[in-house]
Order: sequence, then C-alpha cells, then structure tokens
Amino acid sequence: MTAVAKLNIDTVGDASTTPDTPQPWAELGLKDDEYDRVREILGRRPTIAELAMYSVMWSEHCSYKSSKVHLAQFSENTTDEMNAKLLVGIGENAGVVDIGDGWAVTFKVESHNHPSYVEPYQGAATGVGGIVRDIMSMGARPIAVMDSLRFGAIDHPDTLRVLPGIVAGVGGYGNCLGLPNIGGEVVFDSCYQGNPLVNALSVGKMRIEDIHLAKASGVGNKVVLFGAKTGGDGIGGASVLASETFDADGPAKRPAVQVGDPFAEKVLIECCLALYAAHVVDGIQDLGAAGLSCAFSELASNGDGGMRVWLDRAPLRDATLRVEEILMSESQERMMAVVAPAKLEEFMAITNRWDVEATVVGEVTDGKHLEVLWQDELIVDVPPRSVAHDGPVYNRPMQRPAYLDALQASAPDHLPRPGDGAGLRAALLALMASPNLCDKSWITGQYDRYVMGNTALAMPDDSGVLRVDEETGRGVAISTDCNSRYAQLDPYAGAQLALAEAYRNVATTGAVPLAISDCLNFGSPEDPAVMWQFAEAVRGIAEGCRTLGIPVTGGNVSLYNQTGDVAIHPTPLVAVLGVMEDVARRTPSGWKTPGQAIYLLGSTADEFGGSAWTEVAHGHLGGLPPRVDLQRERQLGEILVTASREGLVEAAHDLSEGGLAVALAEASLRNGVGARIWLDDVCERDGVDAFTLLFSESTGRAIVAVPPASEDRLIALCSAKGFEHARIGVVEDEAGALDVRGQFTLPLDELRSVHTSTLPTVFAPR
Amino acid sequence: MKIGVVTFPGSLDDHDASRAVRVAGGEPVSLWHGDDSLRDVDAVVLPGGFSYGDYLRAGAIARFAPVMSVLIPAAQGGLPVLGICNGFQILCESHLLPGAMIQNDHRTFICRSQRLRVENATTAWTSDYQLGDEITIPLKNQDGQYVADRSTLDELEGEGRVAFRYLVADASAHTYDRFAGRNPNGSYRDIAGITNERGNVVGLMPHPEHAVEEGYGPSLDGLKFFTSVLKSVVNA
Repeated sequence: MTAVAKLNIDTVGDASTTPDTPQPWAELGLKDDEYDRVREILGRRPTIAELAMYSVMWSEHCSYKSSKVHLAQFSENTTDEMNAKLLVGIGENAGVVDIGDGWAVTFKVESHNHPSYVEPYQGAATGVGGIVRDIMSMGARPIAVMDSLRFGAIDHPDTLRVLPGIVAGVGGYGNCLGLPNIGGEVVFDSCYQGNPLVNALSVGKMRIEDIHLAKASGVGNKVVLFGAKTGGDGIGGASVLASETFDADGPAKRPAVQVGDPFAEKVLIECCLALYAAHVVDGIQDLGAAGLSCAFSELASNGDGGMRVWLDRAPLRDATLRVEEILMSESQERMMAVVAPAKLEEFMAITNRWDVEATVVGEVTDGKHLEVLWQDELIVDVPPRSVAHDGPVYNRPMQRPAYLDALQASAPDHLPRPGDGAGLRAALLALMASPNLCDKSWITGQYDRYVMGNTALAMPDDSGVLRVDEETGRGVAISTDCNSRYAQLDPYAGAQLALAEAYRNVATTGAVPLAISDCLNFGSPEDPAVMWQFAEAVRGIAEGCRTLGIPVTGGNVSLYNQTGDVAIHPTPLVAVLGVMEDVARRTPSGWKTPGQAIYLLGSTADEFGGSAWTEVAHGHLGGLPPRVDLQRERQLGEILVTASREGLVEAAHDLSEGGLAVALAEASLRNGVGARIWLDDVCERDGVDAFTLLFSESTGRAIVAVPPASEDRLIALCSAKGFEHARIGVVEDEAGALDVRGQFTLPLDELRSVHTSTLPTVFAPR
Repeated sequence: MKIGVVTFPGSLDDHDASRAVRVAGGEPVSLWHGDDSLRDVDAVVLPGGFSYGDYLRAGAIARFAPVMSVLIPAAQGGLPVLGICNGFQILCESHLLPGAMIQNDHRTFICRSQRLRVENATTAWTSDYQLGDEITIPLKNQDGQYVADRSTLDELEGEGRVAFRYLVADASAHTYDRFAGRNPNGSYRDIAGITNERGNVVGLMPHPEHAVEEGYGPSLDGLKFFTSVLKSVVNA
C-alpha cells in the first residue's frame, strides 16, 4: 500500500483523533441534529464513508422518517382474517400473499418521480428496473409490470418534454426485460406540472417454499455482490434528489439519476432464478436506493448483525470513484447474496453460465458491527441497525389546510348543466375526447402486453389479468387507481375512493380481491397542511382495508413532490391484487353479442364534486367527492365474482370517472358493438334526471351484459343481497351506435374518432 | 418430433415458442446459445427478444454465438428454421435471409394485433395456410422496418419469396387507426416475412407463437406455423 492512497482515505482511526474535521453533512442532506445523533451513536465523528451511509439511509426516501408514525396504522388495522393470506408483510422488499394451490404472489408499487422529471427516459426506465429487482429479491419470477403516470396539463410545453421520454423509458426497459405491461393509468392535471409522477408496479410468482428474505445470517457465510459493476451514477439519488423539493431553477441534478441496462437485468433475472432453483442462496437483497449502504446495513441488521466487507473488492466501472461514492452509488442491475461457503462454488458456476460477474466482498461475522475495509484500513465501523432501522423518526406538525373550507364550500351545484339530448350528447363527446378519458393506446401500444403468453386481460380492460399456473389457469388480477381530484377535496375519502375503485376493478374482471400495495405521493412533509393530508389518506386506506378485509402488503412513500410551496394534489395510489381460480373465466369490459341485456348495478345520486364533468365542462374543482360505502363495494364485488364464476355475464365494466355515460361508451367501443339504453325507470327509482344518471360519479356501481338465459339468476343474486339492479338496455349491433332512447344517438365511428385522436394529435402529429 | 428453441442472453419469447410447439403437438427442446450442438432436433425456432440487448444492431452479436456455427450450415442443408422478430433479425445478420431490419419509421416501439396476408403457402412453416389467407397475430418491435435494395426486393417478389405482407387499412375509412394508410413499421413493400429459395428458412416480424391459445392472444391464427413444420418434417 502506498502512502498516497492512504492520504485519500478517512479511516475510523482518523475519525477518532480528528474530531473537529469539517464535514459536509448538510450537502449530503442531513440536518444538524441528525448529524449530532450520528456522532452520539458512534461516540466520535463519522468517517466520510460512514457519513455517506447515514446520509442516504436516513434520507426521507429510505428511512420513512416523516411517514413512519402514520404508517403504523396499517399494521394496527390488520386483523387475523387479513393476516391469514399474508405470507410476508410490510418491511421486506415486497409483500407476499398466498393465492392457493401452493402458489405465492408478490407485488409492490414504487415511485420514481423525481428522477423521471430530471431525466425522463432513464428515470422511468430505472423505476421499472428497481421494482422488478424488489420482486426478484423475494425469490419470485417477475411476471408483469404496470405503470401509473401523472403529468401536467396535456398542452403544457413541459408535458411534451417529459411524457414521450417517460413512456419510452417504461417501454424500453420493460419490453427488453420481457415482462408484459398489463395496465396502469395516464392522468393529466396541472397540479403535476414540474412534478410528474411515475409509479411502477411489478408482480412476481413463486412456489410458497421458494420465498427468500433479505438477511445475512450464519457466521462465516459469504457476502456476494453480483451483476453490473458499480459506477458513478445515481449518487445521492435517494437523499439529495428524492428527498427534497425542486426549486424554481428546475432540473439540475442529472448525475443523481441512475442509468439502466435492461439487458443486464434480464440476464440477472434468469441468473437469480437459476441460483434459487439450485438452493445456493441463504439471503438476497437487491441494490436500489442507497446502493451498497442499504444492502450491507439491511442484510446485517435483518440477520445476525455482524458483517465485514472488503470494499476494494467491489468491481468498479470507474476506478476513480471515492469510497463514499462507491457506498452511495445507485448503479442499476446489481444484487447481493449471502451464500454458505460450501455452496459458493456452485453459486459461481451458475453466475458464470449467465456471464454475470460475481465477487465475494464480505462475510457474516459474530458481533454487532458492520465493518467496511478499504485496502485493509477500517473506514466504517457502525451498528448496522442504527443505519438501517433506527433512523430518526419525526412526528411532524399537521394542520388541516386553510383553503379546504372554501374549496369544499365551492360545490358544483351552481354549474350550468346540459338540458336536452343534444347537450348530453355533446357532454359525452367532450368527456370521451378529454385527456384523462381518451383512448390511451398511443401510449399503451408502446408496451409489450403479450410476452410470456399469460396475459388474459390488459389495458384498457378494468384490470390486468394474468395466468400464474399454466396447468390449472389459476391467476391474478391487478388494478391501480387514484383520483387525486377527490383526494384534494378530502384526502381521507379520496384514499378510500382509490381503494374502492381498484377493488371494484379487480372484482369486475371476476377476481376475489386479496391484498393491496400503495404508493403515497405527496408534497413536502415540512408543510403541516401536506402532513395532514398524508395522515388523513393513510387513515383512510388503513380503515378501508379493515372494512374490506384485505391487508396492506407494503408500498412506498414519495414526499417532496412540490415545486416551491405548491404541492401536488395528494395522490394515494392504491394497487389491489385479486385471485381467480381460472383466468379463462375472467370478464372483459366490452360486450360482443347482440341481444344481451345490459344491467346497471347500484344506485345513483347527484354527486359531482371532483367529477370529470366538472373538470371538462367547467374547469371546476370543489365541493365534496362522492360518498364511499365499502360494505356496498364488498357486496358488489361478491356479485361480480359470483357472476364470473357461474358464467352469468359476458362483459362487466366499472363506473368511475365520467359515470354511466363514459362506461357505456367504453363498453361499446371495446369491440365496436353498440347498445340501446333506456334511462327513465332508473331516473324515477333514484330520483335523478338523465344528466345526473349519465354523468354523476356515485360509487359502488357497474354495468354488466347478460345473456337472456342468465338474467333471472343475476337478478336473484342481486336481490339476495338487497343490491339495486336495473335492466337499462340491450346490446345492439345494427345501428353501430350508442343509442340513449329519448336523448341522443352517437354513431360509434364518431365516438371512436374523438376518443382516439387526442393523444396522437398532441404527441405524434402527422 | 423435436423442435429446438434457442435461448440467447436476452431472448424473451423462447418459453412462448416452446409452448406453441407443444400446443401444436411437437416436442420442444431447449438449445443454449453457448453450445455448438443442435441436439438432433428436426427443426429450430429462433425466438423473439433482445439478444445481447440488441446492442450494436439487432441480431448482430447473436449471429456469432456458438450455436449459430452449427445452425447456419444445417439451415443451408435444409433444416427448417423459423426466425421470429429478433430471430428474423438474426437470420438476416447471418445471411440466411437477404435484407436487414432497421428502426421503425415512427421511432417508437409498437405492440398491436396485426393483420397479415399469406403470400407463400409452400414453405416448411406455412404449408397449412392457403395462399391469400388473412391472419391476425401480435406484432411487437422497435426495429421492425424491413429494408433491402431494389434488386433484392424484385428478386424476392419474382421468386415468390415474400411469405407475409402487412395488410394496410384504408386511410379514409379508418381515420382513428394510427397506422391506416401505412404499414406499422415502414417496411419496404409492406413485407412482414420472407423465405429462402428452398423454403426451409422463414423469418417474420410478427409473433405467431402468441396466437396459439384461446384467451391468450388475438386469435389462434399462429398455430399453423407449428403444425406446418411438424408435417413438413414427417414428409421430408
């Protein structure tokens, strides 16, 4: 070793003898008192390497320091009934549920918002890559991805900068990985200008006995780093980029965004599955946010507690990286395994076969220290738990936003409503052409939905449906939803409405909802109003899940989604996963066969607060969102699942944004088969006018198409639960139109033309 | 009847191709890119995906894999070989088929159900179709634009070696179809698939292996690729 190399390294010994060396904790994102706490834990100043580790691991993104106290409600509200299907819960890389027949499914949704704004393609691509590695690290084969994207106004110049890159990134990574993209959302709202949201979901399958966990135990076991080399990308991604508000100067943090290589990840997936199959892996952890800092400290903290690492053995893409950079780098496509010495040779043979570089960088030790050496000098000596799990916890001040009273008082009752059939017709056309309800195939057509050959339903159906077992057809349905306009009006109700919609979407396809994951996107936790919104939304989800009897398996919190002091609308995204015994029985959203009866399940009230109609027709947001009744959602779900199991319905479609009118239009356009609809009876029953019946967004509703022979059975099913149901029309092909009797007729060609031209006109002008 | 399916690093549709072989009644056999053996199979499928990340050029690196050193002479000797998507790109890079694939003219990845017309129903992989059949199978690619010089194109046309052509929707009647009035990737002369002179090597961009099971694809129109080759092997 040379004296020069030593001069560049801040060792534990140096730290003990030079307590007053100035340290850049503020630049690394640590607060003064957090830095003081690190000194207290260590009994000395941290080395630069230790400081780097604490700064990334104690960041908002990694430590959940502002959200932790609220997230506890999820476990507090989990009953034994809910726990019964849960194999692995919150806290691991992803939750795992039991779907029957010995199959386990893991799924999780995670944000990559800030990187996607700074560098849209790589930000979105590595968002997909990161969540897929989380799924892999549970021992599962990833089987699909979904993406929920939120952008500023469609006509804002920055949307034109951000959207094509994000869509290409999601597609470029997922397509090359060979994972079908089966659904998600695309939402435009000016509240996301400067703060687009990229929430990526992945789902994986495994046999129950193949579940793996992230822990390093067994003294003498080897710690193996494998996959891509460590480079200089993504340094400070978790701390500096994801845990701070953007300022008015806009994107200037490019080096903090990671760069993805989906080919390397595809090979890594196959390599990991081969390693699992050979039973040579004791513990496994993906490298995501906070890179090696996270992997070392979490593996050690979850395991026996001791680990010694020779950091200079880690293969580098750039030999000039400093130790703290190596520890903070978020280079993609890396994994870390804990391997018994006797299995090491077999492990290495498998990684060799897949041309994956694997290096023993450390070993499990007795004791409670994580020790990192660089050229035999000790540069980190910390209790791993203090880094990974005992970070700061803040009970931040909360206050109901001052503007909320005025916002809720601004009910949409006074807005002029269409008074005749021509007006209703025009309103429907405007909604179907609007950015949030228009056809999204310009975007979804850039994603491979066929690969793996198990996709039974994909967008634009209500949820993505996948076959898990190729013999029996057992499979899962997943839907992600959130209407942040509702959440802005009332975050508690908005979160429950997101849960209700995702639950309904899953049940609509015929699956029994089983569990949820969530992605909680909010503004700055340092703003008491935002913190109040967050707490309300978490309470909404936790209590809602209890009512529905489905557990929260895990998820992700993304704060600081704001520019200056303007936060995004609260966006508590909910992903519901359901199970189906045979996905061949799934119910699609569009009808096909003329002569079938169309039933409306559920009742309609005058509920326009936060609705699509108020936005499209009047640019209005105010009042209260629709009432949510989760007991009724549960009943509706049971009806839809039974209808699917018994083969009673040919099609079913959930009613949400745009209400009945949009649902009828979508169900007609799906296969280009029209319908004739009568509204009068239901208007009379519910005491509403045609406009309200068509466009109100009351919850707990769905439409179904029923062969005449099954009508009695469906009626009996609804009656037994006292659930409102009404025959409102018939599937009809001859006119090629959606014909709402006494109001208007809309040829499907006209409908399709306005519905499909919105996105191409903006993003792919000919 | 053994049909080999090659797995390169980055192959994605190998599992699907094997399933299609099984559905058609054949026995799929996995072939590994790094082995210079075809394991006595009766035909080979080069599946879709992004072999070696499609770095450099789609199919350009896969063409040098050890398995190709045995596959190329076998194909030249008459072994039926089907290249789907990335497999088609590999066949072109290997010069088993003429022409090349470049990026889609609209510069985006495209995934859709695609209508095709069968233009040659005499190859090892298309004999169960009738000339002029119109089929719908998935198309999904980033680099799917088939290009060749004019004399090559004329030769392909003249010898009946265009096996599949994209059916292009009428632009005036389908105003909502993004690809009305043009094929979905800019391929010259709407070519979706071609064959070699002998008819044993076929390459196409769309994916027949994703259209063999009820409920998991737009149709069952892809199955005849696999039933065709099983018969041609029997008859050979």
